[in-house]
Amino acid sequence: MKRAAVLALGLLLAVTAYAALRGTGDLGVVVERASGQLLVVEHSNDTRLAQIDGLGDLSHASVVFSRDQRFVYVFGRDGGLTKVDILEGRIVKRIIQSGNSIGGAISQDGRLVAVSNYEPGGVRIFAAETLELVADIPAEYAPGKLSKTVGLVDAPGNRFVFSLYEGNQIWLVDMNDVKRPVIQRFEAVGKAPYDALITPDGRYYIAGLFGEDGLALLDLWHPEQGVRKILKGYGAHDEKLPVYKMPHLEGWAVAGDHAFLPAVGRHKVLVVKTGSWQQVGEIAVHGQPVFVMARPDGRQVWVNFAFPDNDRVQVIDVESRAIVKTLAPGKAVLHMEFTPRGEKVWVSVRDDNRIEVYDTERLEKLKTLPAASPSGIFFTDRAHRTGL
Amino acid sequence: MPSRLLLMLCIVATGAVADPLSDARTAELRNLVHQDCGSCHGMRLNGGLGPALTPEALQGKNRDFLAITIREGRPGTPMPPWKTLLGEADIEWIVDYLKTSEVAP
Repeated sequence: MKRAAVLALGLLLAVTAYAALRGTGDLGVVVERASGQLLVVEHSNDTRLAQIDGLGDLSHASVVFSRDQRFVYVFGRDGGLTKVDILEGRIVKRIIQSGNSIGGAISQDGRLVAVSNYEPGGVRIFAAETLELVADIPAEYAPGKLSKTVGLVDAPGNRFVFSLYEGNQIWLVDMNDVKRPVIQRFEAVGKAPYDALITPDGRYYIAGLFGEDGLALLDLWHPEQGVRKILKGYGAHDEKLPVYKMPHLEGWAVAGDHAFLPAVGRHKVLVVKTGSWQQVGEIAVHGQPVFVMARPDGRQVWVNFAFPDNDRVQVIDVESRAIVKTLAPGKAVLHMEFTPRGEKVWVSVRDDNRIEVYDTERLEKLKTLPAASPSGIFFTDRAHRTGL
Repeated sequence: MPSRLLLMLCIVATGAVADPLSDARTAELRNLVHQDCGSCHGMRLNGGLGPALTPEALQGKNRDFLAITIREGRPGTPMPPWKTLLGEADIEWIVDYLKTSEVAP
């Protein structure tokens, strides 16, 4: 009897110790958009680990990870910036830093978290450790006029880059001296930049333009050369369709020496040669693309679509540029996230309240997880990738 | 002037034949407003890349203006026309909802 009790105690201690010592490399979070909750998940066995409450308005929420992959910074629509400990499954600190925000980035050195705001228009930069304000950068593009900011990313050299939606500008912010941010402004880059990305090597910042056909490109190795337009007038002969959801550029698929990007208002994915930034092809797809994402090995590109075609996902074989599979995960597919080495992909299906996990080689469903109105899925390997 | 007249006639004509919507349809529309309109205007309609659509924000905007905006979009802005996806009764319902809702998701 006594021995049994000791054995049980020993087991309990062993279990506790095991639970306390856990890596974070296979963890991630899922935004439960409608209920303002965050799910902590793991993708070794594809399970839910915890559900965290009290994150405010999470419509269009995105996150970045601390470099130790233990903490996640959640950017809410209501201006909330929340630091969450994913191992302990709890909020460490939460502040309301603006009236309306759209996303954020973490600096190369992991010490700064920047938030892109719509109201008041600009970027605010916080200490990653404490969430104390380090720098406030109003996006004043004309006297007294603040612009909504979009497409905020981190760049090598402890810099941040973002675009001004009403201001038609791109700003490059050097944070090497946190007390004195150095801002370089590029004006008249094109009409209404709505989102942007930085290439995985951290060299090119590319902003999508809503107001004109084309993209604005800044070579961060040579900012002195200024911003130039690429893909000017692409698909100008086509009749434009109404755009029911703005495409996302973050996570733009770069596979080999080609980039695959969503065409705005068209049922097409464009194929562009990196470096020359010339269009070399286009692929007809099921609807207006929203996310166009490469599997980590660059052999496949997965695409989801805007309303009303948002029940499908298509898989493009990069080599042949052919669609090899059309999947029907369910109603309102919002986001896709690959496991770090790409053998699986998680797909959020908002209106069916679930996440589907697919095998990317056999293109078959492996598992279904319940989630309330899920939108973004973010795995911790993002912590070590520029621009994510 | 003739085109405006035609537009007004269309509104009157289509408004008159609008059928009452089923509960299932209004549930779909409520979801559409918060989730799909919400992708630009915010899930709680407090604004995003597009302006806020709360009853306070829409004060002073008349019903016809809102209906035309939904139906035809706003050229020169990202607001698309919804007429191929939404019927006249759908649009009327959305206008009512935006004018009176408590804007809970």
